[in-house]
Amino acid sequence: MTDWPILSTVTFLPLVGVLLILFIQDDSENGRRNIRSIALLTTLVTFVVSLFIWFGFDNGEAGFQMVEKHEWLDSGISYHMGVDGISMLFVILTTFLMPICIAASLKSIQVRVKAYMIAFLLLETLMIGVFCALDIVLFYVFFEGGLIPMFIIIGVWGGKRRVYASFKFFLYTLLGSVLMLLAIMAMLYQSGTTDIPTLLAHHFPQNMQTWLWLAFFASFAVKMPMWPVHTWLPDAHVEAPTAGSVILAGILLKMGGYGLLRFSLPMFPDASAYFAPLVFTLSVIAIIYTSLVALMQEDMKKLIAYSSVAHMGFVTMGIFALNPEGIQGAIFQMLSHGLVSGALFLCVGVIYDRLHTREIAAYGGLVNIMPKYAVAFLIFTMANVGLPGTTGFVGEFLTMLGAFRANTWVAVFATTGVILSASYALWLYRKIVFGALTKENLKGMLDLSGREKAILYPLIVLIIFFGVYPTPIFNVTSASVNALVTNVTASIGSAQTAAAN
Amino acid sequence: MYQAIVFLPLIGFLIAGLFGNSLGAKASEAITSGLLVIAAVLSWVAFFTVGFGTGEVFTVPMMTWFHAGGVDVSWALRIDTLTVVMLVVVNTVSALVHIYSIGYMHHDPSRPRFFAYLSLFTFAMLMLVTADNLLQMFFGWEGVGLASYLLIGFWFKKPSANAAAIKAFVVNRIGDFGFLLGIFGVFVLFGTLDLGTIFANAATYLPAEGAPAGDTVLNFLGYALDKQAAITIVCLLLFMGAMGKSAQMPLHTWLPDAMEGPTPVSALIHAATMVTAGVFMLARLSPLFELSHTALTIVTFIGAFTAFFAASVGLVQNDIKRVIAYSTCSQLGYMFVALGVGAYGVAIFHLFTHAFFKALLFLGSGSVIHAVSDEQDMRNMGGLRKLIPTTYWMMVIGSLALTGVGIPLTVIGTAGFFSKDAIIEASFVSHNPVAAFAFVMLVIGAAFTSFYSWRLIFMTFHGKPRASEEVMHHVHESPSVMLVPLYVLAAGALFAGVLFSTYFIGEGYEAFWKAALFTLPDNHILHEMHDVPLWVSLAPIVVTIIGFLVAYKFYITSPEMPEQVAGRHRMLYAFLLNKWYFDEIYEFLFVQPAKNIGHFLWKTGDGKVIDGIGPDGISARVVDVTNRVVKLQTGYLYHYAFAMLIGVAALVTWMML
Repeated sequence: MTDWPILSTVTFLPLVGVLLILFIQDDSENGRRNIRSIALLTTLVTFVVSLFIWFGFDNGEAGFQMVEKHEWLDSGISYHMGVDGISMLFVILTTFLMPICIAASLKSIQVRVKAYMIAFLLLETLMIGVFCALDIVLFYVFFEGGLIPMFIIIGVWGGKRRVYASFKFFLYTLLGSVLMLLAIMAMLYQSGTTDIPTLLAHHFPQNMQTWLWLAFFASFAVKMPMWPVHTWLPDAHVEAPTAGSVILAGILLKMGGYGLLRFSLPMFPDASAYFAPLVFTLSVIAIIYTSLVALMQEDMKKLIAYSSVAHMGFVTMGIFALNPEGIQGAIFQMLSHGLVSGALFLCVGVIYDRLHTREIAAYGGLVNIMPKYAVAFLIFTMANVGLPGTTGFVGEFLTMLGAFRANTWVAVFATTGVILSASYALWLYRKIVFGALTKENLKGMLDLSGREKAILYPLIVLIIFFGVYPTPIFNVTSASVNALVTNVTASIGSAQTAAAN
Repeated sequence: MYQAIVFLPLIGFLIAGLFGNSLGAKASEAITSGLLVIAAVLSWVAFFTVGFGTGEVFTVPMMTWFHAGGVDVSWALRIDTLTVVMLVVVNTVSALVHIYSIGYMHHDPSRPRFFAYLSLFTFAMLMLVTADNLLQMFFGWEGVGLASYLLIGFWFKKPSANAAAIKAFVVNRIGDFGFLLGIFGVFVLFGTLDLGTIFANAATYLPAEGAPAGDTVLNFLGYALDKQAAITIVCLLLFMGAMGKSAQMPLHTWLPDAMEGPTPVSALIHAATMVTAGVFMLARLSPLFELSHTALTIVTFIGAFTAFFAASVGLVQNDIKRVIAYSTCSQLGYMFVALGVGAYGVAIFHLFTHAFFKALLFLGSGSVIHAVSDEQDMRNMGGLRKLIPTTYWMMVIGSLALTGVGIPLTVIGTAGFFSKDAIIEASFVSHNPVAAFAFVMLVIGAAFTSFYSWRLIFMTFHGKPRASEEVMHHVHESPSVMLVPLYVLAAGALFAGVLFSTYFIGEGYEAFWKAALFTLPDNHILHEMHDVPLWVSLAPIVVTIIGFLVAYKFYITSPEMPEQVAGRHRMLYAFLLNKWYFDEIYEFLFVQPAKNIGHFLWKTGDGKVIDGIGPDGISARVVDVTNRVVKLQTGYLYHYAFAMLIGVAALVTWMML
């Protein structure tokens, strides 16, 4: 088992499903059903296999594990894969959310089923690849490649303004990526390698760090997204099909945070320390600004999208607190947000499938006819506002604590987020779920179906389980995070002594 | 046993919550109430074992919560006298409220949900009071907030109930904002969130006599704070949390609105237990608060002001539950004064007695509301004494206890007589800079308390019936499942004071509390309390009698007087009736601006500025440029040829240079 290339297996398993689907015609109901089953089965198998990564993972080891390395193109670039405590759980999160997404699309996607499933499976491969890649060019290929299926998913199966939204999404992310590509070339030129472990040990000159940091930051800030480059997200979410929103919020946004942890912090530590105040400012603005904007939304998905931006503000703040609490909290917050925001979008999807509108005012009093839905939605809402006992609390608490240790102003402003998030989240819940059932077209709505229960209940279990007992997560992350913090602080310290001399 | 006390309600919640609809309402009621009764009995066993035993504080470990960076927190139960007092209060009242609700909620179709919520609340409250670290306390703290939110909004069809539920949650979150920052501050100062370790190290923050200000230990908002200042800031931040939960001015506005919930909820959550969490928190953290005179002074001031303010509003309210709600707010102010002057035992004693008589008053008023077909406005009541005599006498006992009736200098008196008078005496002897102010506020507050309590009794039970014939025809005494809990609480309201005062605040103090409450060696307030001048001992009972007489005059002998007085002081009356206009001011200062800013940031910030300059702007420019380029394409060959020629010429020129 030790020699088995488990990471490649997990990464490329979805492509096996793609291959199978290619042989099936989707012009008959039968064919569509087979395509759906294959897609679901593939993602489920991938998830089960990916769990072996977790079982085989050595929590005490801070470096990369399950490494695979092959020369590629004979160019110094290699096919190099591996995971550490920072990346491993994102792989699991991806493989976990994928079957849920497929299951959520079984009923709601009726046109071009074949292309849809292929796009999702392809996307899964690319997303897993992002978190496993240990060569920066390989990383770039996966990172950018993920754009294309997502662009197509929004552009083809999206809502009314899907073309506008998909182009906005594409242009924004592309702009950042171009800068990152330039930076990657500069790094190759300066260090002579694209190998991530080697680059992690490499020391870039200080003024070069500044430019490289900015170039990477441009790309990751768009992905997160951070204020003020966040406006693509609400549009993309609103137009994307439910499963697209889940992946977007659950995984794609996490690539930004992951990139900051994998590249910006360890490779450009001096620049990270130098720019920390900038990131703090942007994070705090994001938390307060987008929370206030969320208060005024009339579209459910837009509200949740803005709340995502606010929650990602906690992540960037925690990362740049540059202490173990902040960074552990940021990773946890990303994982938790992957579950919680995904679940919230699924909840929107449940009622969207029934009524085909996202307008908040069109709903009201659903608890009267959909009590099970009301309970599920309540738990996710509470996790979203960071109620202790759910995963939402642990990450938020640690990032704020980390920020408090770094800078109390930042912590004070960020903590106002707990007031604002309660305001918009409970307002949304009240408008949709509570109240008397007066609208005629709502009266025929059915409570959760068996399929919807199978999608939502596991999320409830995980959100509460890891809220009460998050230790398994921290066991995985702590060694790598501690090593990261030690390295970063050491190199900041040496840079400062050098400057003093 | 301690695990059982805490987790039996959770089991009840899970059974009623998950299987309530299939089990049916009867089974849900029986299971949750039964488990709560067991928990309550065990709590009393724990109370006598720990309170009257000799053991030290001990911890029942359960499991790790999380360990990340320097944060290492576990789920554990901290058992000392303070804990067991709270266990008794919470579980006793909760068990009685469960039983009472079987009768009160009889007609409600969603009883399983109601009982599940009640048990969930009880569990969260128990986690709060048994917390061994600040984070578990915060877990319970938010958990009771959630249960309170759910129960206030229990009748979810009522828009007012939904609004009140959100208001309660959000206003509490404002307090929690401070609580969280306080927790961060504690972590920076002590490097842990574990209460035992914090208390053990707190002594090092004690300023030595004449010592110079120490090194900076905390940088807060640009200020470099030494140990003394840091403790003050941290305590004030934590106190902010307490103000939210315990409805102290200016974060009190949610409590009166919370009366939208069913009445048993008001009794359990918004009178006896949850709202006292702030008082409990300060007592639990007495090793920290005791170190900061500044923080304690502010606590005293807020408490005294709230005690007066809330009582003044209670004078003119017409909704029977709102009168009691403001009374609760005011009594919590009394408790905070006791904490502020360093008499922690007195504060907890008042918490203990208050739980009995305030729950009694709420459940009693629930019995009234039940009798008069869900009417809550006292202007539509009156003359009920003969029709529901048991409820009447229960309410009278509750009012006697609340107003603290007793014979000074003897041990004959109701529960409030022991605890409330002790607070007034403590505020008199305290050396706290605002103690004199607090004393005056509390004495005036006592007069107000007496007035509104008897006003409530007279308006509800005496005089001529003002309800319609129809309603009066249906007036009936409540069933015994509702009355028996009242008897138990009435016994507490009458005898809790005389039975326990020795231990809580008298000679038995040391042996009873042991290490649960911390006081500095120079804090002699409990001894000084006994040597107050005679007039101070007599003051509370005198103003109480005055309050009673005025109420008697206004509502029994000359019922036309209240309107005349209100007419003569129209401004003042409106000011009180509108609760000092707090809600209106907040709406103007915070709620509307937040909405306006949100709208502005959305439409102008995101829409016009970011998208306008960013993607939309760029695409508009691109369209502009293409349009011009399109104009260049004229279709005439010689135009292109000419352009090419110029291009080649330019290129050649540039190459030659």
